[in-house]
Amino acid sequence: MNDPARFHLLLCAGGCCLSSGMASVRTALAAALAAHGLAEQVRVTATGCMGLCAQGPLLVVNPDGVCYCRLQAADMAELVRGHLVGGQVVERLLCPDPLTGAPVRALGDLDFYRRQRKVVLRNCGVVDPASLAEYEGRGGYQALRQALGKMTPAQVVEEVSHSGLRGRGGAGFPTGLKWAAVAKEPATPKYVVGNADEGDPGAFMDRSLLEGDPYSLIEAMTICGYAVGARQGYVYVRAEYPLAIERLEAAVATALAAGRLGPDIFGSGFGFTMAVRTGAGAFVCGEETALLHSIEGRRGEPHPKPPFPTAKGLFDQPTVLNNVETFANVPYILRHGAEQYRALGTRQSPGTKIFALAGNVVNNGLVEVPMGMSLREIVFDIGGGIPGGKMFKAVQIGGAAGGCLPIEQLDTPVTYEALPKAGAMMGSGGLLVLDEDTCMVDLARYFLEFLQEESCGKCTPCRLGIKAMRDILERICGGEGEEGDIGKLELLSDYLAQSALCGLGQAAPNNLLSTLRHFRVEYEEHIRRKHCRAGVCPALAPARAAGEEAR
Amino acid sequence: MAEPVTVPPPAAEPAAAFRELDAFLAHFPAELRTRTLLIPALQKAQELFGHLPPAVQRHVAAALGLTAGEVYGVATFYHYFHLQPQGRHVINVCLGTPCYVKGARGLLAALRRELGIDLGGTTPDRRFSLGCQRCVGACVLAPILIIDQKVHSYVTPKKLAAILAQYP
Amino acid sequence: MSVHLTIDRIPVEVPEGTTLLEAARAAGVTVPTLCHVPGVASPGTCRVCVVEVEGMRTLQPACLAEAREGLVVRTASRRARESRRLTVELLLAAHGGDCPSCARNGACDLQRLAESLGIRELRFPLPHRETPPDRSTPALERDMRKCILCRRCVAVCAEIQGVGILAPCGRGLATEIVPGGETELANTLCVQCGQCSLVCPVGAIAERDDVPRVWAALDDPAKTVIVQTAPAIRAALGECFGLPPGSRVTGRMVTALRRLGFNAVFDTDFGADLTIMEEGSELLERLRRTLAGGEPAALPLFTSCSPGWINWLEQYAPELIPNLSTCKSPQQMFGAIAKTWYAQKTGVKPENLVVVSIMPCTAKKYECVREEMCASGVRDVDIVLTTRELGRMIAEAGIDFLHLPDGPMDAPLGISTGAADVFANTGGVMEAALRTVYELVTGRELPLPKLHVLPVMGLAGVKEAAVTLTGVLPEWSFLEGVTLKVAVAHGLANAREVCAAVRAGNPQGWHFIEIMCCPGGCIGGGGQPRPVDQAVREARIRAIYEEDEGRPLRKSHLNPAVQALYREFLGRPLGPLSHQLLHTHYHDRRPAEPFPPPANIPPPAATNSPR
Ligand SMILES: Cc1cc2nc3c(=O)[nH]c(=O)nc-3n(C[C@H](O)[C@H](O)[C@H](O)COP(=O)(O)O)c2cc1C
Ligand code: SF4
Ligand code: SF4
Ligand code: SF4
Ligand code: SF4
Ligand code: SF4
Ligand code: SF4
Ligand code: SF4
Ligand code: SF4
Ligand code: FES
Ligand code: FES
Ligand code: FES
Repeated sequence: MNDPARFHLLLCAGGCCLSSGMASVRTALAAALAAHGLAEQVRVTATGCMGLCAQGPLLVVNPDGVCYCRLQAADMAELVRGHLVGGQVVERLLCPDPLTGAPVRALGDLDFYRRQRKVVLRNCGVVDPASLAEYEGRGGYQALRQALGKMTPAQVVEEVSHSGLRGRGGAGFPTGLKWAAVAKEPATPKYVVGNADEGDPGAFMDRSLLEGDPYSLIEAMTICGYAVGARQGYVYVRAEYPLAIERLEAAVATALAAGRLGPDIFGSGFGFTMAVRTGAGAFVCGEETALLHSIEGRRGEPHPKPPFPTAKGLFDQPTVLNNVETFANVPYILRHGAEQYRALGTRQSPGTKIFALAGNVVNNGLVEVPMGMSLREIVFDIGGGIPGGKMFKAVQIGGAAGGCLPIEQLDTPVTYEALPKAGAMMGSGGLLVLDEDTCMVDLARYFLEFLQEESCGKCTPCRLGIKAMRDILERICGGEGEEGDIGKLELLSDYLAQSALCGLGQAAPNNLLSTLRHFRVEYEEHIRRKHCRAGVCPALAPARAAGEEAR
Repeated sequence: MAEPVTVPPPAAEPAAAFRELDAFLAHFPAELRTRTLLIPALQKAQELFGHLPPAVQRHVAAALGLTAGEVYGVATFYHYFHLQPQGRHVINVCLGTPCYVKGARGLLAALRRELGIDLGGTTPDRRFSLGCQRCVGACVLAPILIIDQKVHSYVTPKKLAAILAQYP
Repeated sequence: MSVHLTIDRIPVEVPEGTTLLEAARAAGVTVPTLCHVPGVASPGTCRVCVVEVEGMRTLQPACLAEAREGLVVRTASRRARESRRLTVELLLAAHGGDCPSCARNGACDLQRLAESLGIRELRFPLPHRETPPDRSTPALERDMRKCILCRRCVAVCAEIQGVGILAPCGRGLATEIVPGGETELANTLCVQCGQCSLVCPVGAIAERDDVPRVWAALDDPAKTVIVQTAPAIRAALGECFGLPPGSRVTGRMVTALRRLGFNAVFDTDFGADLTIMEEGSELLERLRRTLAGGEPAALPLFTSCSPGWINWLEQYAPELIPNLSTCKSPQQMFGAIAKTWYAQKTGVKPENLVVVSIMPCTAKKYECVREEMCASGVRDVDIVLTTRELGRMIAEAGIDFLHLPDGPMDAPLGISTGAADVFANTGGVMEAALRTVYELVTGRELPLPKLHVLPVMGLAGVKEAAVTLTGVLPEWSFLEGVTLKVAVAHGLANAREVCAAVRAGNPQGWHFIEIMCCPGGCIGGGGQPRPVDQAVREARIRAIYEEDEGRPLRKSHLNPAVQALYREFLGRPLGPLSHQLLHTHYHDRRPAEPFPPPANIPPPAATNSPR
């Protein structure tokens, strides 16, 4: 690029950095640059999430690659004077190494980044999410050009199948199979739907993708439309993500104006367009049939499968519905080929997975790792371990349908096969680290409370069964547990898993069951000795509960 | 990319709000003006009216060719729709798992005490409504409060008074 | 293509696409259901029908899962039984009803299931809804504390009746079936057909109980209490006492009513014959005005004997009011005549005469309290009981219905013809009208085998027929060579389609259209014994045709009592007194909209049907 600018600043404008005050930092930066007459010589790009959200607001000075963190508006004059004018790195504003506390100059020097492998997040935190030119400058739309120019739709489906890509929405269903099923349906019109409902608490991968690299989703859905014969796409974004909605809508408008969407894309004769729909606050709308009902303007209630959306989906027409992260893998697969993609990850779980690392871990943020990496590496090497000298207790993975794994299971590799065996599941990618101050009984109670409140109420087992389970756990945490309660919980768990209508109810007992499996003694302590070792349950540990609020 | 997103105040004059709602609907071609526009229409209506009174629901029903019952059924299904008027400022406590394990429960208890209302309630002076959300994806900053779409990070009960004071 | 599978070790062969529920039935195995409405909807909400399919991780709902080659299904395996028991146990735990004082006691699907599964203990205390009962309409009582959220009523209201009044609202534990977004049914566009009460498996929607009012009237020595029974009752009442659907119990019903203490037992059939005289004349009059010059009358003419349909037209399509026959329904014609002609004949003061109707219908409870229905100067019909209520009353009185001797209806208002019987089913009013109109116009009997108009018989949703009139009497010369085109629809969703065609200019050229609100007509009315499915409807219809064919008189104009009524009292059909007593008028009953639908934008293209 022929750029007269001497410096290129990347400002993280991800949701977290914005919440931490990036807007005022940005204003102060502009003022400082103007004061030094540098406006011409410094190019500033506002990017999506850089991943190290807990250290935000972040700013990277290129070409030096120096990263500054936890910036405040008042720091900007010093930063501009010191680094841009004086050529001196401002030590005070560098990120501290989580282990040693020593300042680190470049993000890449942190273990946090060194061990990651950015495939899906390749553009996130690097490009201006509003700029189609920057996206294309980094290889964007090559995959679509290649598909439209050199491949038949069947070849595209074949390539995706061959890549082994599996759905990142939770269940890991082979994406190629899904596309092939829709491609062979004779009925038209067909639809492509992107699931950005990301309802699992503690998951923010899709949000960051939409905020940081919206064009990759648009490109991928267009490729999918070509592959299966659909001309209309929808992206369903949860209402809790206003920034993601704003950026995605802007990107769709730009793509339309630039002919990347529309009646005739790249002169190929293939037409595809898409619309953004926003949710209205319902976890169950992440479930595919509920999501489609919601787009249709109905109550977001799941309906029994079969028929599957591939045969009768949106408006009863054949529909591909994939998670946003699943889609975002597709351009990479087409550009680099299925073979190269398969080189990442494991045989049955190829590729990478993004995790939203949160909870009692030093480096809270967004990480992308090759599948097959162990939980231990993610939590301790990338995550930097547990802060405050506390003991690790468990890692909660897979969100509301997932499970809690104890220290003995930390060597479990993150794959679609290994996690369920250990009693958890991949889920959408929330990864919550829990220290010794967490009560596992209370956590199970929490998830059942969440699911009970989010159950759509359509079928009996889920509407009433979860409530019955929650009430038992409330009793146990309230010091009223009885002998036989665990048996009742197991009975109801089994019932829900077998008889509920949709995945919400069927998977509702998962967190409970995993804690019963790995932390049963805590239940027994609660029930028999009326004792909460973590001191979380107020009725059982009055002394600690009073202090809890001050935490 | 402005930082504090300000919510437009509910329209003072309902007739004008109805006109604006009609204009919003008229924006779509007739063949799209069916059930599939229901949620966008209700979202727009709530933006204009602040909540969804029965007359507004019936209006949307008539415009989209739906029954009043269907509209009510949808409006009562989703958390985002309010059938009652809300306070000037809406406080949402995030009760997602990361926020929960980092102390959202204590935060909620403190807010209940401070405001004297429960989840779903509005203070008598209509200054605050209290609600909850299940994760807005800012878990890194847990525990958080979302007040009128602005995220407040690492909130503790001690910081509450100062935060609330920003919202007269 | 058929598939082979085993169900509880019994090999069965069924056509592809058969559900496991149907396949089980074919194997002689009963799987319990709560939410499935055969032929209408399988919402899959209740989960009591779950069965175990070998090799599948989850249990399968039999009402939805399809039979496939080689499946090994066990409907009563340990897993299936335990799941089913838990479902019923949880439903009972969350149930806000008290069986001994419930309208459905002894006839409740949930109760029966709890009994057959041997539920003895409720281990999980659960909260139940506290919504107070809705008694806002004269027709129905809704008690959401007893609702198990199966959504059968939702499916029927939306899909069969096409009005979609009942809708699930709220979510999760707070889900409730709410009418039209209102707290009370009376504030909605409900037509009070009661089809929802017919399919509700529990006591959450029931007819308003008017039995105590009838007892009070019977106990009042100052009152003369007479009763009329609609034609549809005689083919269904027996089911209240365990007889198979389609059992004809006319004689036993009359005896039972007499034993209950009614002063006279009459027949709505009399009113139906009278309706044919008036409505047939109205049709001919409209044809005359349109075909013989002069100012054309509104055609096609719609029948008006189904109050559920009247409610629909007034609330959903009032612009078609001019096409609606001004004739009252048979029950209201009967009431008006009873309180005038009959009262005069017997010397009973109308104020002291109580007319009780036994109807298959909940909408008639509403109809009889309409403001206009006081042609005689007092309420023409005082109390309407449904078939189900009569069944309860007979049981309460300790009458051994099954062993009663037959009894005859009283004269004069119990005298009737077979043409009136067939009013009870879809196509019947049309057939009865054609029998009389054809004969009046040509002087010859309707030239069809057994006087049946085959194309309008049966349960197809919309049916059509054409009759060409030739050799007409001189008085009707304008009808010579005219082909009378008629249509018949039942179920309001079908009625809506017919109305749409009429609104679109009536391309089919129909002259006369019969509409019955309930599927199958009154034999499938909202007040009939449960359960009702297509097989039950067919059996009842068969019984009605047998009743008709067994009569000496099968044409309304031959009814001697009706002839006497015109001779002694009314004069002639459509005469001034007829107009006063037997005809009515209708209103636009659409609600006023505070903000009318947007005028400046064209209306939505199509209404997609509710799912
Ligand atoms: C209760 C429930 C919630 C779900 N929420 C989400 C979600 O938030 N995001 C998502 O992508 N998939 C979610 N899913 C999974 C979807 O139903 C669906 O399987 C997925 O979007 C398919 O895309 P994939 O094949 O790319 O994973 C959810 C499933 C259930 C049962
Ligand atoms: S008392 Fe402690 S261990 Fe027990 S549930 Fe509560 S927090 Fe968990
Ligand atoms: S399992 Fe729960 S969320 Fe799913 S349909 Fe049943 S009630 Fe609704
Ligand atoms: S509905 Fe059934 S179970 Fe409920 S109270 Fe009535 S009879 Fe009993
Ligand atoms: S069945 Fe049992 S509970 Fe019901 S009234 Fe008889 S004794 Fe009482
Ligand atoms: S009476 Fe008829 S119209 Fe009214 S709610 Fe019931 S089914 Fe619907
Ligand atoms: S009212 Fe009756 S039919 Fe309707 S959902 Fe409730 S139990 Fe089912
Ligand atoms: S149409 Fe049916 S319900 Fe109506 S009066 Fe005739 S027989 Fe009775
Ligand atoms: S069809 Fe018969 S039962 Fe149904 S509403 Fe009409 S008159 Fe009543
Ligand atoms: S939002 Fe800035 S690093 Fe995540
Ligand atoms: S849990 Fe509160 S923002 Fe994610
Ligand atoms: S009858 Fe099959 S789920 Fe209810």
